[in-house]
Amino acid sequence: MKTTKDTTTAGNGGGDVRLTGISKTYGSFTAVHPLDLTVPQGSFFALLGASGCGKTTTLRMIAGLEEPTSGTVHLGDQDVTALPPYKRPVNTVFQSYALFPHLDIFENVAFGLRRRGIKSVKKQVEEMLELVQLGEQARKKPHQLSGGQQQRVAVARALINHPRVLLLDEPLGALDLKLRRQMQLELKRIQTEVGITFVHVTHDQEEAMTMADTVAVMNAGRVEQLGSPADLYENPRTTFVANFLGTSNFIEAEVDSASGDEIVLKAGGGKLVLPRARTSAPTATGGKVLVGVRPEKISLTHADDAGGIPEGRNRITGRIADSSFIGVSTQFVVDSPVCSDFEVYVQNIDRDARLVPGAEVVLHWNPAHTFGLDAAQDIDAGVETVEEEVA
Amino acid sequence: MAAVTEAPPLAPAPETKPPRRPRRRGRWTPYLLLLPGLLWLLVFFALPVIYQASTSVQTGSLEEGYRVTWHFATYWDALSEYWPQFVRSVLYAASATVLCLLLGYPLAYLIAFRAGRWRNLIMILVIAPFFTSFLIRTLAWKTILADGGPVVGVLDALHVLDVTSWLGWTAGDRVLATPLAVVCGLTYNFLPFMILPLYTSLERIDPRLHEAANDLYARPSTTFRKVTLPLSMPGVVSGTLLTFIPATGDYVNADLLGSTDTRMVGNVIQSQFLRILDYPTAAALSFILMAAILFMVTFYIRKSGTEDLV
Repeated sequence: MKTTKDTTTAGNGGGDVRLTGISKTYGSFTAVHPLDLTVPQGSFFALLGASGCGKTTTLRMIAGLEEPTSGTVHLGDQDVTALPPYKRPVNTVFQSYALFPHLDIFENVAFGLRRRGIKSVKKQVEEMLELVQLGEQARKKPHQLSGGQQQRVAVARALINHPRVLLLDEPLGALDLKLRRQMQLELKRIQTEVGITFVHVTHDQEEAMTMADTVAVMNAGRVEQLGSPADLYENPRTTFVANFLGTSNFIEAEVDSASGDEIVLKAGGGKLVLPRARTSAPTATGGKVLVGVRPEKISLTHADDAGGIPEGRNRITGRIADSSFIGVSTQFVVDSPVCSDFEVYVQNIDRDARLVPGAEVVLHWNPAHTFGLDAAQDIDAGVETVEEEVA
Repeated sequence: MAAVTEAPPLAPAPETKPPRRPRRRGRWTPYLLLLPGLLWLLVFFALPVIYQASTSVQTGSLEEGYRVTWHFATYWDALSEYWPQFVRSVLYAASATVLCLLLGYPLAYLIAFRAGRWRNLIMILVIAPFFTSFLIRTLAWKTILADGGPVVGVLDALHVLDVTSWLGWTAGDRVLATPLAVVCGLTYNFLPFMILPLYTSLERIDPRLHEAANDLYARPSTTFRKVTLPLSMPGVVSGTLLTFIPATGDYVNADLLGSTDTRMVGNVIQSQFLRILDYPTAAALSFILMAAILFMVTFYIRKSGTEDLV
């Protein structure tokens, strides 16, 4: 009776995760630079980054599996920095699931309850297995289940303890694409249903964006930017974020004049307009700014029809270098004087037969879709290379 | 015997449409590869076993020669005369096995999980004794446990010998020529056979399982009891078998470190074969020992529920 009460109070005790100045160094290598992060209770929070960026280390410090070099971890009001993992009201879904091979599914799920001295686990375990749709498999051993089923057991085994925070370490990494999509929705459903704070570590930007309410993009042991998926996508503050989440086109431009809410820039021979609100770079006249625009915001018009483009849009001229038809849309690579490979995604609504490689075109877009970044940074930061994809 | 002769002719019932199948080239390869091993077993195991079995039911004497007379009474006579040595063998071997497990498990655990870059060095140290002869190593123990030697001196000073003497393991201020010495020798000689399988099965345990158990509210001691130990059971079972079986039949340790009061069944068989030259009794004792070990091992494996051994 007492233990049941404990679990319910644990649920109400505030599930905010607060990391204060937390860092981790291994010898001379800094895995995580001092970091402040608050994950609000009940949210689905994703730590996104390439492998080796410190996201898993951060997660393991929350779980207590890694001791921070400095800083503190708070769960609600409780400082858990010094608590060993078995005393933290936090559970983890491990990357390789780490199911106990000698125990059946039922006992795997019941493990946490039994360790806390709860005698009658049957009902709870059965309910939990029902939630992850594995009621039939209760008496099987982990190796008899498919990858997707094992993954659900791992989730059930952690969730049954009603942790204040559920930590997921690349939980979908071992699954094939189709199953991964399915599990993304499944996990999202479960999170909405149980209302527990989820902290999800992933290197897959699409996964982070589909599932999380808030995403923290990590790079080289630091959080580059934190925000909602749409906010990160629309208003990246660094080239790393702009390139890591989706694709971005960058034009190096010089500030010509700034007036009111708008900044006018010179790029090549033409002028571009950038909303001040979407610029994270200094905008002194003559200063350099990286002008970014997402490929799907751009319209493509054949040079012969350039006269029909409405006034007030940013425009660039170029020549189509390559095009690939992918069904919903056609992806063009345009060679322009201001940017050698400008990517443009055009919806396949009315296809203009003249838009083939070699055609002269005008690219134009609503200035509101332009964002400006500090030109002092690496323009290709965060561009996913093939190697990273494999790792 | 039966297994040996039956194995080579393959003759599995051909499937429904035998003629059409293209002949696979490697069809006989597995059997050819098995052949040397099977021949070896036949010549050096199966045939001697049959020969000993027939010897055990022969009667006669060295001068007149032995003839098979199906004299099963030899078994009964051997057992009723030498049962104390049988019991002693099992007791000594069991004690040595338990000691090996108690000493070997922590060491194997250390090598598997904590040794880091020292792992290979410790492994070499475990195996190093094999580079010298079994006999030499056992003789060395004779020196170590010698009367008035430092080991005995320290044990005596700490009054440990008083306790062990009271238990009947040692005699007065002597360790040599006592049950304790024999068990120590057995433990020492068979320890690597315990450590190696234990290490193998511990090393295979994914360290993430420890983290997972920790994460699920199991403190380190519970993690050991609920995760590490059950997962290392195959190693425990094969280690105890590899120690217990040869230790039961061993006679070198009892011979070099013991006395006439610590004779094990191995010593009896050895003297029956080589000194008394009563071949039927020696053969009968060998078979009783074999049957007893087989029985105990079967019981043990059933009990520990580990079918997938080694």
